[in-house]
Amino acid sequence: MRLNPKVEQGLVKAGLQVMTAATVFILLSIIVFILRKGLPVLDFSFLTKNPVDMGRGGGIFSTIIGTLVLTLVAVLIAAPFGVGTAIFLTEYTWENRVTRIIRFGADCLAGIPSIIFGLFGFILFVTKLGFGWSVLSGGLTLAFMILPTIIRTSEEAIKSVPAAYRQVSFSLGSTRWQMVTRVVLPAALPGIVTGIILSIGRSIGETAAVIFTAGSALHLPTSIFSSSRTMAVHFYILAREGISMSNAYGTAAILVISVLIINLLTYYLMERFIRKYS
Amino acid sequence: MNKLKREERLVRLALLTVSFSAVSILTVITAFIFTEGVPIILKYGFKSFLAGMNWYPSEKSFGLLPMIAGSLMVTIGALIIGVPLGLSCAVFLTEFSSKGLRRAIKPAIELLAGIPSVVYGFMGVILLVPFIRRTFGGPGFSVLASSIILGIMILPTIISISIDSLLAVPSAYREGSIALGATRWQTTKMVLFPAARSGIVASIILGMGRAIGETMAVIMVAGNAVAVPASLLSPVRTLTSNIALEMGYASGEHRQALFATGVILFIIIMILNTIANMTSSRKKV
Repeated sequence: MRLNPKVEQGLVKAGLQVMTAATVFILLSIIVFILRKGLPVLDFSFLTKNPVDMGRGGGIFSTIIGTLVLTLVAVLIAAPFGVGTAIFLTEYTWENRVTRIIRFGADCLAGIPSIIFGLFGFILFVTKLGFGWSVLSGGLTLAFMILPTIIRTSEEAIKSVPAAYRQVSFSLGSTRWQMVTRVVLPAALPGIVTGIILSIGRSIGETAAVIFTAGSALHLPTSIFSSSRTMAVHFYILAREGISMSNAYGTAAILVISVLIINLLTYYLMERFIRKYS
Repeated sequence: MNKLKREERLVRLALLTVSFSAVSILTVITAFIFTEGVPIILKYGFKSFLAGMNWYPSEKSFGLLPMIAGSLMVTIGALIIGVPLGLSCAVFLTEFSSKGLRRAIKPAIELLAGIPSVVYGFMGVILLVPFIRRTFGGPGFSVLASSIILGIMILPTIISISIDSLLAVPSAYREGSIALGATRWQTTKMVLFPAARSGIVASIILGMGRAIGETMAVIMVAGNAVAVPASLLSPVRTLTSNIALEMGYASGEHRQALFATGVILFIIIMILNTIANMTSSRKKV
């Protein structure tokens, strides 16, 4: 006998409700767990002292700096290329074979696992080019990894600038480049920044690509050629080698908090940007 | 005026060059991984790599079958856990809940997409592995633990893309079906799923790519023994963990064999990407 559609609907709805509740519960409990274990470890000195004795004691200051420097290098390299690509795709060409190739390249790059980036960065930057385990090698590798994100978000941002802005600019006699730099980019800037922040979040959490290119030295990086350990790598080593569970929880809490803040900020900016143009 | 025109041409050329950065990077990465990895595959034979059961790098025995089997098992496991949960969540939030609830939950789930993979792995080590050891026996570091952790990690991808593709179905479809007397669930099953199929499939394939490519979280919970897993509770080593575990000290042919592992991984991922691109772009035409 077939189930009465109304009954079936009720059953399915209840089932879906349970599944959704389970999903949200699992995901939220990860955050709650990390924060509950990690927050008690955090204090001012944990943030401002360097790790002592492989991370058994002290804080995580040098790894915070390592993360910041590496991310900065990655963004400084990837942003001009990413935004440039987005400008070209939206303002300087139309859909044709060339743009299809460019988009295909970006899509494929986005799908490559981070360990492959790590492998590649290790062989090219660390050994072949002789940069060694360094901020430069790690930053370049990360830059390659975040490039597709920056391209895609910048493209969306530039596309959402109303066509009327461009028409007015042209009608005043500006060249295309003047129109891009003085009208389109300022209008699209919040959207572009959002994409960059998103990719910062990705760089902060990355481990596999960084550990083989930036290395895991615990001291403060002094130049772009010195090796440096990021928070994610530090956390991985602390947890995997069982060096210090409490410091691992502390580092995890900082990681999770910074990623959450970054994602919240992205979300807020994105909402505002979308509201402005729709 | 001439100066402006020349500037315009220069800018255009510069932007065109810059635009090929992503394609060039892709080409360079492919070239590097293949030139490092393919020679050793050719030297020992494609078959001995793909079908060899033994991985003893010091004795020049480079069989990748256990790792290929491992990657496939944990990925399928992740899909078995992640797809039903993720799709239910997406359907519930688009078709059965209020707009307010969706507005609250969708961003929360997307926030979680940013949690570093090492944190997921750590949660696995702290909570899941001991739980599996106590309840089911075995070492706890297992196919099961890896599948569950990966299944959770791919949830945000599946949920967020599926929600977007369900929302993209024109509301006239829903209204038409409801007007014919169908219930919401019948509408979802018979109208929305077929209409949103390509997006849903793309979300699953992207989740699959993420699961195959994940490294650190899997290393932490998988146990990493080189053997085709005999059961769900046996330890497992994936292609990605094989690279990450041995990269630190490998040299010579051993290192080349790790690049060969990368080649196999790369080919699998590229096939998945192409399928995902094809399914998601077919709909727009």
